[in-house]
Amino acid sequence: MATAERSRRAGYARSRTIWAYVVLTLLSVVFVAPFYWMVVTSLKTDRQIFEVTTWYPDPVMWSNYARALKFIPFARYTWNTLVICVMTMIGTVWSCSMVAYSFARIPWKGRDALFLVVLATLMLPGQVTMIPVFMIFKWLGWIGSYKPLIVPSFFGGAFFIFLLRQFFRSVPNELSESARIDGATELGIYARVILPLSKPALATVALFTFIGGWTDFMGPLLYLNDPNKYTLSLGLQQFVSQHGAEWSMLMAASTVMALPIVILYFAAQRTFVEGITLTGIKG
Amino acid sequence: MVNTRVSAEKRHSRIARRNLINGLLFASPWIFGFIVFTAYPLIASMYYSCSAYSGLAAPKFIGLENYVQIFTQDDMFFKSLKNTMYMVVVALPLGLIASLALAMLLNQRVKGITVYRTIYYLPSLVPAVASAILWMWLFNPEIGLFNVILKSVGVTGPAWLGDPAWAKPALVLMGLWGTGGGVIIYLAGLQDVPQSFYEAAELDGASAVSKFFNITLPMISPIIFFNLVMGIIGSFQYFTQAYIMTHGGPQDSTNFYALHLFNSAFVDWNMGYASAMAWILFVITLVCTLVVMKTSAKWVYYGGGD
Repeated sequence: MATAERSRRAGYARSRTIWAYVVLTLLSVVFVAPFYWMVVTSLKTDRQIFEVTTWYPDPVMWSNYARALKFIPFARYTWNTLVICVMTMIGTVWSCSMVAYSFARIPWKGRDALFLVVLATLMLPGQVTMIPVFMIFKWLGWIGSYKPLIVPSFFGGAFFIFLLRQFFRSVPNELSESARIDGATELGIYARVILPLSKPALATVALFTFIGGWTDFMGPLLYLNDPNKYTLSLGLQQFVSQHGAEWSMLMAASTVMALPIVILYFAAQRTFVEGITLTGIKG
Repeated sequence: MVNTRVSAEKRHSRIARRNLINGLLFASPWIFGFIVFTAYPLIASMYYSCSAYSGLAAPKFIGLENYVQIFTQDDMFFKSLKNTMYMVVVALPLGLIASLALAMLLNQRVKGITVYRTIYYLPSLVPAVASAILWMWLFNPEIGLFNVILKSVGVTGPAWLGDPAWAKPALVLMGLWGTGGGVIIYLAGLQDVPQSFYEAAELDGASAVSKFFNITLPMISPIIFFNLVMGIIGSFQYFTQAYIMTHGGPQDSTNFYALHLFNSAFVDWNMGYASAMAWILFVITLVCTLVVMKTSAKWVYYGGGD
């Protein structure tokens, strides 16, 4: 009896596993297909794109990439984007960790009320503040420069403050107390106790800020007007509106733009998954 | 005795003051940023919304005229609101269901599952502009991947982004491809559900369906709630894809609220009008969010404590 039951169960489990693989694989094909089509198109001749649709490129036109990279000032756009990304990364990590430290580790009057205000700003649609903020930057004469894209990051963002606060709170209080007895100031505890222990969370913030900067479109669209200062997002969009039918070049350019993020993912997979989990769940 | 108590109190208040100063100092970047980039803009935007304002000359107060004009003379306001509601009511629930279903699929204990996780997650990493360009190509009516496949099985596909009836569904389809972030969040939630709950239910002879509705769904309801609230706020701001792929067309079928607002502000340079639109957007978003929060007591299950 028991053996029959067990083998019935094992059989059930096996067919379940097989079904899982079938469904997982079929869906994978659906998810991969757009990537496949992007790369394949980027390597095709115009004839293979417009006249006879083929499933793979023949011959393989690596020269499309060279052509796209020459046509679109890729190096310049990439450099511009990197400058913005790195600066906002520094600004965000610095400001959000400072502010989060205050909300997580220093008991001061009015702190919790103010933290509710931090959370409330998450609910505020960007459109409401967009126009006055634009006018502020216009008044400062910053339109056309990177400052409107970089400077705000030095003043903290609700999302990452929230994330870091959660993390800082999990650091045992004894550690800061013993540092305090040894004469450490609040700044010393922040820099030498909390930050070193929070590297995973800080890495998450840095990573997601970087990706945010890399993919941001609305910011550059609002504030940049000189084509020499365009970011990849804005430059690529401008290129589409001018050369909409150059599909092989457009696909080559899109591939090149997506590639760094994909590489980053494989290099820092754990940080990614932990970061998304941290941001999504503990809400 | 008395003396030590007094000095203890003194020390206490000194520490409290020091903490207050330190706390404010550490929080000062955010406090300054809040004043300059949130509080002042909120007030200014409210004033602009009651002004004729081009962004060049000083704003001229005109009372509620912008609001009156929006509600009585702007057909595009209602059209763009309707388009946006489509994203909130159709696209968002579809996305939430799809990412939960994928997460459950990815929660199986089978070999190689991490490879599948990566595959489902990667599309969400593609920058918005790159994926917009890619999907414009996939949706190409004559030679795009979709219609080539449809044609190979003898179906003539629609014009997708070129057809007012298909443009929004096309954008929804594209959104589903990039649903991976939500999948990872659900997946982490599913992995936190104690296995013993399922084992106990199995002993009672519970079916898979009943396990889903009685264990899985209640246990991850806080995550669904979080994704729903953030999704509502995000959906009302749907912008980039429409700006790049369709410019709001064809026949304004993808002219979403945020796009209409952007055009009012930065194409027509009607900043006052756009500010009024922004406040209406804020109120609508707030009402929707509050309704969801109010009902959440009925369907969101918070287990013991944190």
